[in-house]
Amino acid sequence: MTATATSRLSGLPDSPADLRTFLHGLPGVDKVGIEARAAALGTRSVKTTSKAQAIDLAIRMVDLTTLEGADTPGKVRALSAKALRPDPADPTCPPVAAVCVYPAMVPTAAAVLAGSGVHLASVATAFPSGQAPLEVKLADTRNAVADGADEIDMVISRGAFLAGDYAHVFDEIVAVKEAAGPAHLKVILETGELATYDNVRRASWLAMLAGADFIKTSTGKVGVNATPPVTLLMLEAVRDFRERYGRQVGVKPAGGIRTTKDAIKYLVMINETCGDDWLHPDWFRFGASSLLNDLLMQRTKLTTGHYAGPDYFTLD
Amino acid sequence: MSLFEYAPAPESRSIVELAPSYGLFIDGEFGEAKDTFKTINPADEQVLAEVALAGPEDVDRAVAAARRAFESWSALPGSERAKYLFRIARILQERSRELAVLESLDNGKPIKESRDVDLPLVAAHFFYYAGWADKLKYAGLGPDPRPLGVAGQVIPWNFPLLMLAWKIAPALATGNTVVLKPAETTPLSALFFADVCRQADLPPGVVNIVTGAGDTGRYLVEHPDVNKVAFTGSTEVGRQIARSVAGTGKKLTLELGGKAANIVFDDAPIDQAVEGIVNGIFFNQGHVCCAGSRLLVQESIASSLLDALKRRMATLRVGDPLDKNTDIGAINSRAQLDRITELSEIGAGEGAERWSPPCELPDRGFWFAPTIFTGVTQAHRIAREEIFGPVLSVLTFRTPAEAVEKANNTPYGLSAGIWSEKGSRILAVADQLRAGVVWANTFNKFDPTSPFGGYKESGYGREGGRHGLEAYLA
Repeated sequence: MTATATSRLSGLPDSPADLRTFLHGLPGVDKVGIEARAAALGTRSVKTTSKAQAIDLAIRMVDLTTLEGADTPGKVRALSAKALRPDPADPTCPPVAAVCVYPAMVPTAAAVLAGSGVHLASVATAFPSGQAPLEVKLADTRNAVADGADEIDMVISRGAFLAGDYAHVFDEIVAVKEAAGPAHLKVILETGELATYDNVRRASWLAMLAGADFIKTSTGKVGVNATPPVTLLMLEAVRDFRERYGRQVGVKPAGGIRTTKDAIKYLVMINETCGDDWLHPDWFRFGASSLLNDLLMQRTKLTTGHYAGPDYFTLD
Repeated sequence: MSLFEYAPAPESRSIVELAPSYGLFIDGEFGEAKDTFKTINPADEQVLAEVALAGPEDVDRAVAAARRAFESWSALPGSERAKYLFRIARILQERSRELAVLESLDNGKPIKESRDVDLPLVAAHFFYYAGWADKLKYAGLGPDPRPLGVAGQVIPWNFPLLMLAWKIAPALATGNTVVLKPAETTPLSALFFADVCRQADLPPGVVNIVTGAGDTGRYLVEHPDVNKVAFTGSTEVGRQIARSVAGTGKKLTLELGGKAANIVFDDAPIDQAVEGIVNGIFFNQGHVCCAGSRLLVQESIASSLLDALKRRMATLRVGDPLDKNTDIGAINSRAQLDRITELSEIGAGEGAERWSPPCELPDRGFWFAPTIFTGVTQAHRIAREEIFGPVLSVLTFRTPAEAVEKANNTPYGLSAGIWSEKGSRILAVADQLRAGVVWANTFNKFDPTSPFGGYKESGYGREGGRHGLEAYLA
């Protein structure tokens, strides 16, 4: 039996033409339908005990992020300290999942987080545009890992994807995955730039086929970031991918999720799309910064029965 | 046990103040209830209130009141009638939470639907026809269309207030007056609507509500002084009504049963099609005349689609209609539950394979787990008869032509659905389906601007849209 026939039997596309045929053979997405479904899931009412449970889970899923040109070691140290103990007044409050910073800030964050169990994620590959030669992207990745990042958030080349050059995008992800070595690879699709739901589904499958450990919606640097329908679509993709290939991939919506209410809507979406297996920080993350304080505020409200003012929660 | 359980989130019923007993609403006044019957909450079988049982004399009085009111109501300029309708629409919006809770109590439908579907559509219907009231000359129905007189209207229990709106809004906009009989098991929201009419200062006699069972409905449609009969309900009763009004000169519209085909082609947007199938048959416990109760799925994707459907059905939450997280509420009555149970047993007996997700049903009240039957053929009774419950019959087809043939192979023709990403296929198939409404890549979507009605045994006449005016004008 030839190599081609074998890989066809296992279902993995193995040439640029196969890849294209495969991605274009995925079922289409009806815009009105998926938006209606996401909105309907948003009307679930989560109260009392389930709300408390949801808030703690959401805190444990936060990738506490700062990605600014103005980031300094001081700022990153403060953020990392907060990641370890989000609510200094309440030791029962769990730590967040990870801190997410630019590669230059990785050593600073690593010094604070070392041995804590809180992961250290770094954006790499010429974040956020991805418009740099492959060698630069790979060096960026290796650097971040060498400095202590155990998660890499890469961006795909949206230009190549939109030009239909799926093989290029595929090969880049494979190369970055290799450069990242033991670090977990999150692949940012930048769904706001992919524009259509059909593209988001194709890009999700493309990233998963190329070896992504996580698929992530956005950089947070363009006009449209994570939205409920896009996240729903990506959850469907990881669910279907595991069913087909047996490998579980995580999902990370990022950008624009600021309130507890929003975060809970995402948890409901996981619960009713993929179920228990994804309701864990290993398989779902929120890329966010201001979300954490709202979660803490709601958490305090549930335990004490009243709202505390913003001054009772630490600045990032 | 799932990792993430939703705690109960019940809507408070304290917003609804129920009287122990309700009389008939005739000539702007609630009368004393003499003969009565009880209306119960199907979710716990508790009595909600006693309601008057209207006899022939009561119907006489109601029709006479409507006749008296007709003279001045029909003489009002359209713009004046519109003001009343706009006012009613606004009051319905203001009281929508109360009315949604009431509807869920009396009918058993989940609050999520009464709140997000029924009540918004009810108000929208009144707003829409209010807009027509002063533009009837431009509706394409002649230079000076005239109202018919007194309309006798009989409505079903599945969407009590929405069906009332479908009937009353166009009748009033066109200058007719109304005697309406709500269904025996769901009379309360119509009586609350009577209160809305009083609140809006609607002139006495323009809207009259007579409660009762089948006999009351018969007195009303057979009443000699009724000019127009509008009925929504079963095909069997529709036939009796058609016979009884034949030759009387009464104008008649009937909106009857259905056994809609929901056709899923292999190029459908699968995840959304699954949602559409669920919405098509489990919306309102399947108590929907246009429910997508026959799933026609292309054989090449049947097994994967059914797996996805079953996975989705396992997340449906059946239980307390007032819980905001409930997807499927109570079956409306013992009689309806018996019918669903009976037909389902016949389906299993005829060799179809029955499946329901594991789901715990409450001890009291009328409940039926969401159910699908696979391996159904056109020869099975569950593929031909309207079950009017959360029961889906799944059939397969090989080609578009076969899909059309099977979809049309039913005495009904109220609605149909097509799922495909291919526009040309949707148009070609829709063209060949003999159904009053054909949805493409969606299901059970309603809008006051869109006419609704059936082919064949699903009835005649249209409600909604400009077409809906025609039934009330001469």
